[in-house]
Amino acid sequence: MAQSQNSPLVTPLADRHVALGARIVEFAGWLMPLQYAGILEEHRAVRSRAGVFDLSHMGELFVEGPEAANALSYALTTDPANLKVGRAHYSMICFPEGGVLDDLIVYRLGDERFMVVANASNAVAVSDALAARLARFRVVLDDRSLATALVAVQGPRSAGILAPLTDVALDGLRYYAIAEGHVAGIPALVARTGYTGEDGFEVFTDVGAAVTVWDAVLDAGKAVGAVPAGLGARDTLRLEAGMPLYGNELGRDTTPFDAGLSRVVGLAKEGDFVGRAALEKARAEGPRKMLVGLVVRGRGIARHGYELFAGDRKIGVVTSGTQSPTLGVPIAMAYVTPSEAGPGTIIDVDIRDQRVPAEIVPLPFYKRPV
Amino acid sequence: MVPQDLRYTKEHEWVRIEGDLATVGITPYAAEQLGDIVFVELPDVGRTVTQFSAVGVIESVKAVSDLFAPVGGEVTETNAELAGAPELLNSDPLGRGWMLRIKVVDHAQVDRLLDQSAYEALISEA
Repeated sequence: MAQSQNSPLVTPLADRHVALGARIVEFAGWLMPLQYAGILEEHRAVRSRAGVFDLSHMGELFVEGPEAANALSYALTTDPANLKVGRAHYSMICFPEGGVLDDLIVYRLGDERFMVVANASNAVAVSDALAARLARFRVVLDDRSLATALVAVQGPRSAGILAPLTDVALDGLRYYAIAEGHVAGIPALVARTGYTGEDGFEVFTDVGAAVTVWDAVLDAGKAVGAVPAGLGARDTLRLEAGMPLYGNELGRDTTPFDAGLSRVVGLAKEGDFVGRAALEKARAEGPRKMLVGLVVRGRGIARHGYELFAGDRKIGVVTSGTQSPTLGVPIAMAYVTPSEAGPGTIIDVDIRDQRVPAEIVPLPFYKRPV
Repeated sequence: MVPQDLRYTKEHEWVRIEGDLATVGITPYAAEQLGDIVFVELPDVGRTVTQFSAVGVIESVKAVSDLFAPVGGEVTETNAELAGAPELLNSDPLGRGWMLRIKVVDHAQVDRLLDQSAYEALISEA
């Protein structure tokens, strides 16, 4: 399916978003709902009840064949051979120089079948990179991004909303597990994953069934006050949960080590993988910058691109920032010089030419109640 | 309630002139466009501002916007409620969400502002 460079794509739920009064924005080449009732209201709904998200813009790449596990171990930084069937893990695909091409979730659907979920902004790049890296292995790469819809329900009430709609036993579905079944009568993959820091589920179906699933989930959610939620709330939720966003915390110029994600770099795994040599070198040299959390202790919001100072020395830059709806204070993620990165350190943020104090804190800012 | 005694800037500030005192805020249209407002920065009381200069900042979740003075003069008062309750700009931008008061130096400046019907025409074209 040809993708024009200039005209944005629409998800199968476009009409639903318009009917719900969503403000539509262009994101990663797609027209997506930024908000419906409002970012703060949607954020709070997800933290206290549930929100329903259209994430059909994400990339879904299926890798199948006798060498699927080995192929992905070569292409990615993690070792998917370690995954049991029905389990998933967070991973990255790196450039040969060690920088991050995308962050991903890899789901194992069978002994020889995996689904790789990529960010919408990198779906084509990941597809191309995987095609090149998998070429030498006995596997088939099936990029089903444009044929797959993704509806996510996230929040403490999620399980109660989804359970009556699905034949997947949600009680038995652990965090970072996935199962095949049906939702609202539609064949679906149901994963207990998400990007909000709350319990929740991501439901993958064929695009043609998206409206049926969306309507069923929203309808079932009404009774407990679930609301449709857009990309605006998705961003404030993941930031509170300390989760990186590609393009802000992750990019070609950052290694997983810079982002504090050495756990996804499987240097102990057997065999070569793309970026291994560069990442071994990076680990030996130590990080050039460190990702930290910030809470602004003065007045003002620290935003992407704002510079950080210790006295007169520039020591870093903000990668993401907002007023935290849950905590009621301005929070941010930032890269700082490693020697300045100790929790509790007070540094200055340049907010429109004023230096405002901020405290370095460990991530995440928010953890869901146990 | 359609306010008839207000004048407007093209940047969506409203102003009510009572004698020498101008009360300033942002319009419901502006608040709606901005989305949830989470932070407001107002000029210091006593500061002299010039007409149409940027005198403060309104931050929504996603963006930072300047606040422009509809008239020039001395800032006599700012709304202390907004520091703790910036959401007043969304819920009551014409009432409790008033932002600052300016002592007007030149009433002729009001002629440069939009009246009700001109402002309504501006936002209906948007």
